[in-house]
Amino acid sequence: MYTWAVHFFLLLFLPPFFLGVIAKTKACFAGRKGPPLFQVYYDLYKLWSKGVVYSRSASYVLRMAAPIIFSVILLGGLLVPVVGASPIHFEGDFILLAYLFGVGRFFTILAAMDVGSSFEGMGAAREATFAALTELAFFLIVVSLVAMTHSTSLSGMLAWAKNHFLWAPAYLILAGAFFLILLTENSRMPIDDPTTHLELTMIHEVMILDYSGPDLGLILHGAAMKLFLFIALLTSLFWPPTETSFWLALGSSVLKMTGVAILIGVVESANARLRLIKIPQLLIANFVATAFALVIILMGKG
Amino acid sequence: MEWLLIGIIFSTFFILGSGRITSCIRAAAMQGALLSLLPMVVRGSLVDPHSLGLFVGTFLIKAILIPFMLFRSMREASIREEIEPTVSLHLSLLAGGLVVVIAFSGVFSRLPGANTPLIVPAALSMVLLGFLLLVSRKKAVTQVIGFLVLENGVFLFGMTLVKEFPITVEMGVLLDLLVGVFVMGIMIYHINRTFDHIDTTLLTSLKDS
Repeated sequence: MYTWAVHFFLLLFLPPFFLGVIAKTKACFAGRKGPPLFQVYYDLYKLWSKGVVYSRSASYVLRMAAPIIFSVILLGGLLVPVVGASPIHFEGDFILLAYLFGVGRFFTILAAMDVGSSFEGMGAAREATFAALTELAFFLIVVSLVAMTHSTSLSGMLAWAKNHFLWAPAYLILAGAFFLILLTENSRMPIDDPTTHLELTMIHEVMILDYSGPDLGLILHGAAMKLFLFIALLTSLFWPPTETSFWLALGSSVLKMTGVAILIGVVESANARLRLIKIPQLLIANFVATAFALVIILMGKG
Repeated sequence: MEWLLIGIIFSTFFILGSGRITSCIRAAAMQGALLSLLPMVVRGSLVDPHSLGLFVGTFLIKAILIPFMLFRSMREASIREEIEPTVSLHLSLLAGGLVVVIAFSGVFSRLPGANTPLIVPAALSMVLLGFLLLVSRKKAVTQVIGFLVLENGVFLFGMTLVKEFPITVEMGVLLDLLVGVFVMGIMIYHINRTFDHIDTTLLTSLKDS
């Protein structure tokens, strides 16, 4: 019950911090001072104390979407092992996790189409296309981990890694592929620019143009939480804490996650956004790389 | 050992997926460099003169001379940067993945004499990927790169058989390859002079333009 509460607390209050870390890293690279680390918290507070405006052409779908997206991601968060085992875990829980994120994406896309703006429809189409391509690689990664660990729950995979972690080539390929999926799923830089609001190539930002006030806050918080969950999955699956004490493990995990956030910031600063037609090719290459890793693992020589 | 093999296969994927000829040639050079390290690792000795000589020879030819010649023939034939494959890059990447899965499927890993279980499937997939590059590209330069990858696969096969592979034989193979690329470089230049392009699909038409 105790770890349960800590997990819930982390899930609700930690995510915006990592957005701040990424923004700070990018500012450092650009030679600017950048917004304060806790800027996203201020933004959320500001949004929560505002009213909501709905477009006249929007139906009840748009009104429902933000709470549904947020709660679905929160529910998924309970399955992800951040420190030690997650609050809820059972055999095959990664499928539920993938489809909870899928439900979130579905409602994002549906709400974007609901407003009837062709601009948002375009973003929805792109999101659907790229999500279809990343899902393939995501499942292959999980299948590889299942083949390595002989356990089909996320917490079980983590427990395996705690005992047998090694720098096997296949393992590193999987970690790299998962990092690319993280960037795609959270619309980070080489795939999509989360800060632009002007160009026709944006993906995630274009779908949330019609939210305002607390709804936008929920969406922003949900996106931060999704990023946090992917970072947590990356660190706890590929470099799990080895400390036995809960609080020490928590501290080292948070440090590692901050490291991943800084890495994301570095990648975003060092790369320009890809041309839209190049993105499927990158994702297919990612899929082929994971297939290769799976093949090596199945040969038993990874 | 595993690291080198996986790096080699990854560079082939890179060649399959990249859309620019210069980065293809760089990846091929990288692959040659990785390949030249392999004899030393297989023999497990860094200072043995035989494997050292093999390393220097392979490195000079595969990682420096051949890429240099490819760059030169690119410059002289003034080839455009982009690759125009007959099959789209997405499809050729997927086909490459399929080919690797087939090569690794375990049927072929039972050859005798392999030092590591990964080396035979890796060599096989290199040969098949090289063949895939050879048939799915239009430009003569990219076909030469496909041929190079194929030849690297054969070199890898050789690695599985050596305990004491006579150095003259290996040098013969390398020189063979060098001469092949040399001839192809000259050919590309001449094809370009005669036909104003090096697109091999257009060479079959009999029109006098």
